[in-house]
Amino acid sequence: MEDKSVATNNAHDPAHDLSRRNFMQSLGGGVVILFSATAPKAGFAQEQPKQQPKGKPAGGGFGMGGPPPDLNAYLRIGEDGKVTVFSGKIEQGQGNTTALAQMAAEELCVSLASVTMVMGDTALCPWDMGTFGSMSVRVFGAQLRSAAAEARTILLEMAAEWLSVPPVQLQIDDGVISAVDKSKTVTFAELAKGQKITRALEGKAVTHTLAEFSVMGRDAVRVDAVAKVTGAAKFTADYSFPGMLHAKIVRPPAHGAKLKAADASEAEKMPGVTVVREPDLVAALAADPEVATAARAKIKVEYELSSGAAPETVDEKTIFDHLLGNLPKPQIPANEKSGDLAEGEKASAEVFEHSWRNGYGAHAPMEPHAALAKPEGDGMTMYISTQTPFPAQNQVAGLLKLPPEKVRVIAPFVGGGFGGKSSGDQSNEAARLAKATGKPVLVAYTREEEFFYDAFRPAAIVKIKSGVDAGGKLTLWSYDVYYAGNRSAEMFYDAPHKQQQVYGGPMSFGPNAHPFQTGSWRAPGANLNNFARESQIDVMAAKLKADPLDFRLKNTSDKRARAVLEAAAERFGYKPAPAPSGRGIGIACGIDAGSYVAEIAQVALDAKGAVVVKKVVAAQDMGVVVNPAGAKMQMEGCIMMGLGYTLSEELRFKGGRILTTNFHDYKLPRFSWLPEIDAFPIKHDDLEPQGGGEPAICPIGAAVANALFDLEGVRLHEMPFTPERIKAARKG
Amino acid sequence: MTETIRFKLNGQPVTLDTDGDRKLLWVLRTDFGLTGAKYSCGIGVCGACTVVVDDKAVRSCHTAVRDVKDKDVLTIEGLAPDAASGKLHPLQQAFADLGAVQCGFCTPGMIMTAYALLKKNPDVTREQVIAGMENNICRCGAHQRIVQAIESAAGAGKRG
Ligand code: FES
Ligand code: FES
Repeated sequence: MEDKSVATNNAHDPAHDLSRRNFMQSLGGGVVILFSATAPKAGFAQEQPKQQPKGKPAGGGFGMGGPPPDLNAYLRIGEDGKVTVFSGKIEQGQGNTTALAQMAAEELCVSLASVTMVMGDTALCPWDMGTFGSMSVRVFGAQLRSAAAEARTILLEMAAEWLSVPPVQLQIDDGVISAVDKSKTVTFAELAKGQKITRALEGKAVTHTLAEFSVMGRDAVRVDAVAKVTGAAKFTADYSFPGMLHAKIVRPPAHGAKLKAADASEAEKMPGVTVVREPDLVAALAADPEVATAARAKIKVEYELSSGAAPETVDEKTIFDHLLGNLPKPQIPANEKSGDLAEGEKASAEVFEHSWRNGYGAHAPMEPHAALAKPEGDGMTMYISTQTPFPAQNQVAGLLKLPPEKVRVIAPFVGGGFGGKSSGDQSNEAARLAKATGKPVLVAYTREEEFFYDAFRPAAIVKIKSGVDAGGKLTLWSYDVYYAGNRSAEMFYDAPHKQQQVYGGPMSFGPNAHPFQTGSWRAPGANLNNFARESQIDVMAAKLKADPLDFRLKNTSDKRARAVLEAAAERFGYKPAPAPSGRGIGIACGIDAGSYVAEIAQVALDAKGAVVVKKVVAAQDMGVVVNPAGAKMQMEGCIMMGLGYTLSEELRFKGGRILTTNFHDYKLPRFSWLPEIDAFPIKHDDLEPQGGGEPAICPIGAAVANALFDLEGVRLHEMPFTPERIKAARKG
Repeated sequence: MTETIRFKLNGQPVTLDTDGDRKLLWVLRTDFGLTGAKYSCGIGVCGACTVVVDDKAVRSCHTAVRDVKDKDVLTIEGLAPDAASGKLHPLQQAFADLGAVQCGFCTPGMIMTAYALLKKNPDVTREQVIAGMENNICRCGAHQRIVQAIESAAGAGKRG
């Protein structure tokens, strides 16, 4: 079997370059099952996706006569017998392409290599809201499996007729259906030839059980691995077309600054340079990116700070007071409320009040935002590094005053998103510049632009008042979160009297809130919420001189939480001791995207007083595991990336001016930080697959904080735990 | 100032008439269409743009094309000349098999840095791998598997 790059976001393969005028035609012949990538399968409706698509789906590539918008993905067994899945999701590094292909292959009884994933192309794929929230596998995957099972049922019925053998006496092996005694066979290709069967998913077909799995549940090498190790994988800025111009746009010195005047006469004199000037967009363009950069440097500009900009007194130190200074009314989620806080306080032998916080953080994907716009007839084709190709299509179409189907958005490989590529203005800029020049235009951010325009993880605060009775049982849990949102803040410890208050949103922008744009950062808000809850739990355990693991187990009846805590402790070889024990071992547990994770970290301090994380053990309950190797890889990645927010990542700014500009002053985890990581999913086979791209990043901050306390009794209330903060915390 | 610059690129002699101050990264990407080397920081701190010049890892975002005159430049595209037929360099194979690749943006730079590391010292220890890769950044956190892949490729090199 030919193992070509089945996998790539190969939507740009001319073989798939189908007419987008007529949806039904674009579906082609064969057997097609339409389904929804956004609705959880009935019976497993664990969690509804939080974000709903804004506005009406644009109709994407479907134009008139397209399918109802809730059918936003489809699977086809083509007339050549090949299996193709079309979806508007994108691959940003987390291996969803591989896991999804495994799920389709499983139900259709074909090898992984014979499934092609066509993703993130608005001309070929049905409308999709975007790729975030660890939803690809747990939501879309469940639907895809159902659809593939349904296609299998249809193929078996057709084969039964073809072979005159009842369906129950048939078996499938890699696209060939045969009678059990192998006397007669027919291939998917023979069955699909000349057919045009199109159905919407009914969800009646039975999916494979664990015992039947032959592709799912097995380690799979990522389908995009070969393209990525050979340099063949193309990211947005790797595309180029004849006549293409690299655009370098003049940037303001601060968020909120408005362009007042620009003098581009020097730049315009440079050979090969085109200058585009619009009231809010001034750019130098050239075939050579370095020439464009040099030309931009020659454009003289004047800005004025608009009145809405945050004052320069607001910086990374004063931001917390700024945020707490003028609070909106809180939301009080009903499912996090029980008992009565005053009662709880009365029942407490000891009450604890602490606040926990983190400043702004950048996504800092290795691939900066980029967009390439290529005028095509009266329309525009765009390559964009984005997690949300369809919303981007809508945006660009609106900007250019075109019907959406005139704008084709292709999301090539994305070099890291982590939530930061759900937004970005670069596609609008590229589209405007391409329209202005009539040429293909690439807008590829410099690292400095990337830091400036990051939709930062918000600075945020959590305040907790909690209590325990004399027997060490939780009595009170009053949880207030400011500007982070309450993702992963659910209280899975048993507190009879509890309440949560959510003040301001993670993306609140304005004079009393965030001074610049903020957004979703890998598991938005969850990292702070986990840090806060798990630190507070540890504070109580320490006061009671209880072992932190014991204290947790004593205070939760949540089976899944107990299971991951116990699994992590066992693997670590954890020996109970109250903190601080001097060993530097810390525990934390969390829930995110339907998965439970417990992590145990062991830390030391180096000669400069910096934290060295020696070892991390992580146990994750994520339901059925589709690709165990992929799941471990994501967990390890989460832990390593998480060490950044835990120990070093910190944005510096003054009002709307972002002072952090590049990797020399925004420290990301390095190889020398690599702890011994033992991350593993635990068995939970009667639960559908849950999220895997984010959960394991959530508890790492808390695990390290608790380990630091265990090491020398110093309690950190603000991330990241820099040597300066540790020193300050020692002084109390 | 336009000058004539000759060097070897992935084994082939090439000649350019160009401004010698231009950075090698942009020459590779724009003039030769070799987009495996990536721009990520532009100031020499991340390693995404790493190529190998005369067996040494070099940050192409920081290297004037004039400086590779008469030298041997190897990029990720030239590492396995028969990649099309499925034959990868042991480092590439190990990165793929061991899952040292997530988003893949840092990958070419990682592999080229590791290539130069193993050229210099085929008997590399884990500590030397970590020290040798220290200045390459991976945002996805693939570090553990990158180290394993380099160790495994080093082992494969020794065996065969
Ligand atoms: S792009 Fe050259 S070192 Fe970062
Ligand atoms: S794999 Fe994404 S940056 Fe390394």
